[in-house]
Amino acid sequence: MISVLTPLPVLLPLLGAAGALLVGRHPWTQRALSILVLSAVLTVSVALLLLADVDGAAAISVGGWPVPLGIVLVVDRLSALMLVVASGVGLGVLVFAVGQGSADGGEQTPLSIFHPTFLVLMAGVANAFLAGDLFNLYVGFEILLTASYVLLTLGGSAPRIRAGITYIVVSLLSSLLFLAAIALVYASTGTVNMAQLAGRLADLPAGTQLLLQSMLLIAFAIKAAVFPLSAWLPDSYPTAPAPVTAVFAGLLTKVGVYAIIRTQTLLFPTGALDDVLMWAALATMVVGILGAVAQTDIRRILSFTLVSHIGYMVFGISLATTAGLAGAVFYVAHHIAIQTTLFLVAGLVERQGGSTAIDRLGGLAKASPLLGVLFFVPAMNLAGIPPFSGFIGKLGLLQAGVQDGGWLPLTLVAAGAVTSLLTLLAVSRVWSRAFWRPAAQPPAQDTDRAAAADAGPELVPEPVGSPVTGDRPSGDGAARDGRTPAGATVAGGRRWRASARRAAWARHAAVATASTPAADQMGDHRVQPPLEPLPLIMVTSTTAMVAVTVSLTLLAGPLYGVAERAAGDLRDRGPYLEAVFGGTGEAP
Amino acid sequence: MTPTVVLPLVIGGLYAAGVYLLLDRSLTRVVLGFLLMGNATNLLVLSAAGPAGGPPIIGVTEPEDMSDPLPQALVLTAIVITFGIASFLLAIIHRSWRLVRQEVVGVDEEDRRVARREGVHADELDPDDLAPEDRPAAHADSLHRTARAGDSTAEEALARRYAGIPSDDIDLPPTRGASR
Repeated sequence: MISVLTPLPVLLPLLGAAGALLVGRHPWTQRALSILVLSAVLTVSVALLLLADVDGAAAISVGGWPVPLGIVLVVDRLSALMLVVASGVGLGVLVFAVGQGSADGGEQTPLSIFHPTFLVLMAGVANAFLAGDLFNLYVGFEILLTASYVLLTLGGSAPRIRAGITYIVVSLLSSLLFLAAIALVYASTGTVNMAQLAGRLADLPAGTQLLLQSMLLIAFAIKAAVFPLSAWLPDSYPTAPAPVTAVFAGLLTKVGVYAIIRTQTLLFPTGALDDVLMWAALATMVVGILGAVAQTDIRRILSFTLVSHIGYMVFGISLATTAGLAGAVFYVAHHIAIQTTLFLVAGLVERQGGSTAIDRLGGLAKASPLLGVLFFVPAMNLAGIPPFSGFIGKLGLLQAGVQDGGWLPLTLVAAGAVTSLLTLLAVSRVWSRAFWRPAAQPPAQDTDRAAAADAGPELVPEPVGSPVTGDRPSGDGAARDGRTPAGATVAGGRRWRASARRAAWARHAAVATASTPAADQMGDHRVQPPLEPLPLIMVTSTTAMVAVTVSLTLLAGPLYGVAERAAGDLRDRGPYLEAVFGGTGEAP
Repeated sequence: MTPTVVLPLVIGGLYAAGVYLLLDRSLTRVVLGFLLMGNATNLLVLSAAGPAGGPPIIGVTEPEDMSDPLPQALVLTAIVITFGIASFLLAIIHRSWRLVRQEVVGVDEEDRRVARREGVHADELDPDDLAPEDRPAAHADSLHRTARAGDSTAEEALARRYAGIPSDDIDLPPTRGASR
């Protein structure tokens, strides 16, 4: 049973991609096919997870070659769990993309390449999760990276090409490093099969081991965006289309984290570089979140929090205890879902407000309360507010750190708590400014210029209570003027400036947030373009993703159980080796 | 069979030249650097097979004399991947050239903007500069700044500060050009 199912997460998307290319001229057929394929992959993955959780790890040799020679695909609890989360997230993003495509009249655009490429990306991700040898892992990485190059530069506009070049060159460099590491591993052990390596690497001199381990870790850390190697990520992700950014943010870095977990547990369980990883985790958390706090664009804020939260996972890995690994595995699953959802919501925000720069957004809570809910729930989840799954994951990691008890883990526990608070700060800035400030409020730096332009010499000072105050969305400006504690003289001077500003703001509001219904309440009843409702499919898919993230909270018990058993397997290594070699787990 | 010294030297040279070119801002050089490094890596994989032997075909060479076939299989895959990515990179660079007449690594404008940003952030706007409706309730910072020890009330401070402007009971705007 499991031997039939195992290749399917790789095979189905690849065949589906071929099919989707064939029917490229029929957009709806293509969309239906892609969704069908990913649904099938999700079903298969869930089945694999159930089987792997009940029966333990299993391996199949592709093409029937005997084990150390042929390509091996291995399903254990970790890879099955990753497959389930990845395919679920991929399906949600795909439905979102279908909704966006149909809302934008995608039938006319020559982007029939999106669906095949997306399926290839999912095949690459599945291949990386299932790979039982290093070279197959490399091939999986290359499949998903090549697909991601295409997706990132989709449409070939200037900003995407600029961001794409950075991304491609950095990814290429990490791939070359990985390939060189594989060559050195092969030269020193004579195999690339990971189960065989687990036995043979231990016999190497410590220096050689350290070299191989650090080369592999550097290659994976670039892909996972661990701090000193993370600068490429916030530069390249935000320019891509919303669904692409969402799936990149959710999945691609986590494939790197998965590879780090495998390296650290299966290949090099001695923990020679655990301290280095722990420092890297610390720097990743702190530097990432400080970057997020400084940004003013939702997508860039989210990109920086993505970098920052990779630090949590690396922290769990570097603890090298079962509790730490369990926390890291749970956090990976949680973070894939949550980060993808937030980027999808950012796509909805862009559609609703016309921008993702929080200086330009306002009044979204009034314009679309549903969008407010959709942002608020995952944002609080990301920040780790109880009772959400983010809290459970962070708590697990912090507990593991406290259990360890060394001064460095305890420092990281403190840094983790601070990072969590700063994450809350970053997302609540988005929340209070994009959603709750008055829609008509212009960007801060534009205020003076706009007011100065409007307070030209011809402007007649308005007496208090003039109808001009009606230009403000609040509408009762005059009444509140009376309550301002600054004396009336001051208020008089201010009123003069304020009325000038009101005119400026009203006009600014008409331009900047033309789509918000707050415009109705503005004094002059200029004809506003009718508010276009958010496309139903996009909202539905995002809602479904939010529901998934909430259900992660409800299912946290079983999920954490799986994560703990997966971590136990990883620490033990026995189940993996037995699955590959059969019987006693001894290499032939 | 003796190990060769030529291959490590070539690999090292290719890596050095490749890294040097990769550090350049011109994208053409970056591509060339990537090609050199790709070839260096391919040679590294190939040399991982150990000393050279006969072609690994049963019936042609004795198994003891064969060279290791696995790295050759790996390197074939790696060459195909490197070749494909290099051509994609060239296409991207060509596109970049057509779009902006430049083939250098671009600048992340948003990043520069955030780094340059200074002064007013909406979170820390001076409430005095806001319209009265937008001020926090009970805000009266402006009074404390101007108040002196002798002033018993805010009104006195204001009266002195805005001397010459008709005062508060009547609702008249200040004269033109009166500034704080």
